[in-house]
Amino acid sequence: MDLLANLALGFSVALTPTTLALAIAGCVLGTMIGALPGLGPSNGVAILIPLSFSFGLDATQALVLMTSVYYGAMYGGRISSILLNIPGDEPAMMTTLDGYPLAKQGRAGDALVLSGVASFVGALLATIGLMLLAPILARVAFLFGPAEYFALYLLAFCTLGGMGSNNQAKAAIAVCLGLGIAMIGVDSSTGMTRFTGGSLHLFDGVDFLVAIVGLFAVAEVFVFIESHGRDSAIGVTLEKIRIPVRDILATRITMLRATAIGFVAGLLPGAGASLGSFLAYMVEKSSAKDKSKFGKGDVRGIAAPEAGNNAAAGGALVPMLTLGVPGSGTTAVLLALLMTLNITPGPLLFTERPEVVWGLIASLLIANFVLLVLNVPMVKIFSRILQVPAAILLPGVTMVSFVGIYSLSGSHFDLLLMIGFGVLGYALRKLSIPAVPVILGILLGGHMEVSLRRAMVLSDGDWTYLFGSPIAIGLWIAAVLGFIAPLFLRSYLKAPAAHKDEA
Amino acid sequence: MSDRITGLIVSVLALAFFASASQLETPFFADPLGPSAFPMLISAVAFVSGCVMVLRPDAEPNWPALSTFVRLLIAVLVLVLYAYGLKPLGFLLPTALAAGAISYQIRPAVLASSLTGICLSVFLFVIFKYGLGLSLFALPRWLMATPA
Repeated sequence: MDLLANLALGFSVALTPTTLALAIAGCVLGTMIGALPGLGPSNGVAILIPLSFSFGLDATQALVLMTSVYYGAMYGGRISSILLNIPGDEPAMMTTLDGYPLAKQGRAGDALVLSGVASFVGALLATIGLMLLAPILARVAFLFGPAEYFALYLLAFCTLGGMGSNNQAKAAIAVCLGLGIAMIGVDSSTGMTRFTGGSLHLFDGVDFLVAIVGLFAVAEVFVFIESHGRDSAIGVTLEKIRIPVRDILATRITMLRATAIGFVAGLLPGAGASLGSFLAYMVEKSSAKDKSKFGKGDVRGIAAPEAGNNAAAGGALVPMLTLGVPGSGTTAVLLALLMTLNITPGPLLFTERPEVVWGLIASLLIANFVLLVLNVPMVKIFSRILQVPAAILLPGVTMVSFVGIYSLSGSHFDLLLMIGFGVLGYALRKLSIPAVPVILGILLGGHMEVSLRRAMVLSDGDWTYLFGSPIAIGLWIAAVLGFIAPLFLRSYLKAPAAHKDEA
Repeated sequence: MSDRITGLIVSVLALAFFASASQLETPFFADPLGPSAFPMLISAVAFVSGCVMVLRPDAEPNWPALSTFVRLLIAVLVLVLYAYGLKPLGFLLPTALAAGAISYQIRPAVLASSLTGICLSVFLFVIFKYGLGLSLFALPRWLMATPA
């Protein structure tokens, strides 16, 4: 049994005291980050990456720490959704629809426990799915040549743009912006510099960590400055926590169904957790016999999106680890981490560095149980974090971002660049141009160009080579569909309006 | 209107990017595609998308009032000054000032934001310096007695 041997290897890595401590620390930190309104998995992980380097962690340890933060933030995101009606990030949005109404009926504790259990079911099953599916996909990935990789990157941009935005043109602009930024610096094939404008600082290109922290964290500060005083958070009081056994049993089928849907949505390169929680909620609502309670505090409306988004978080790790194509904003940030650690994700990762992959998987299995403990019996402690006012939190986030980026290079040029990306991120947000494709473009632009150029070298400039294999053709068709289909489906797939407080 | 202007800017930038890419010299040993083909492809897609944005704009976004823009501008300015000041002035002073200023932009209360700035500055310094072991200087280097 390959799988058991691999798992044994994984647990031998994960159960070393340092790794275990890092996984637990990551879970605690992640739950806190997720619970803070305005901080979600993507910007939480983003500001922590530069700091994790200064710890001097090795690759496995850094990856375990950051993925635990990622999982933890996915769990924690529901706390502010349910108690404040403010989603920490996009995937947590669907949880506000029924979570907040239920909390207003005085059942906040039930909603938190139920969603915690749903998160656990979704995340645990998805981690097992990751364990079973990733090695298989890694074997398929050996068949990928440059033409297939080019089509795969295109597919990621098309699905991410198509699903993640309401306007195809804006999504395409975001992708092009990212790809364009990726072109800055030394061209790897010829050694010539491109688009640097003669600036020495730009010879190495734009560091993607600078871009990520700027677009996610600094932009968030500007958004908060704009919305100051207007966050009309009518908090809900949290009574004693009990386990709502009946609700948990009643939603067991819901959780399993949502897990399956979320996992598959997470697998799609570029689609990710938002789609997972959205589809899980919509399927649950349309398949329910009695729809009248949805949006007013239906327990199924809490279990489904939470199981869905946590399952998608696990699913999104599959294409990220096996193909190097992230399935969501946060996995894009994790990919940035891998690339900075000099680990190339892809099929070779599984054969050459099995201790990294399996150590990560084993740590995630452990992390899920830690998170269950943190998020069910101890949820009350974490709900206190919501009381940290934005006027203290946001300056803190800014300063952590600055010190993190400063510790990477020690130059003020990167800091200025980061502020620039923050302003850009704010403008993009205002114009509803999605920022995640920009990040993905910066991360994958170099790889995409290299695979296109390699394909052309192999075929001596013959364009038809790009459509030369069944896998490539399939990916091209999926890419076109992924970009165009949402145009027609959009009228059917409209998110229900969030619950509004009266007065 | 915002969308039309943005679309126009994107289109113009795409043209500039295209022009810049076409100027790149292709060395004789280059691959069939060369260094300029992929950037040109990107700029073509960006140009078309920019035109689509000009022709079919979405509804106008909710731009904040002028006073909010001023606050945002101040915040950006504070951050830029902070970026320049971090190295020569040491960690504590610029951080306290910048954090206090950002805090004030979010909640305009002088005493609370000054306290926030000072506490955050000291708290983060202790964590970064002694928790994470980053090499930060608390005070301007010319004040520190130890010769470098």
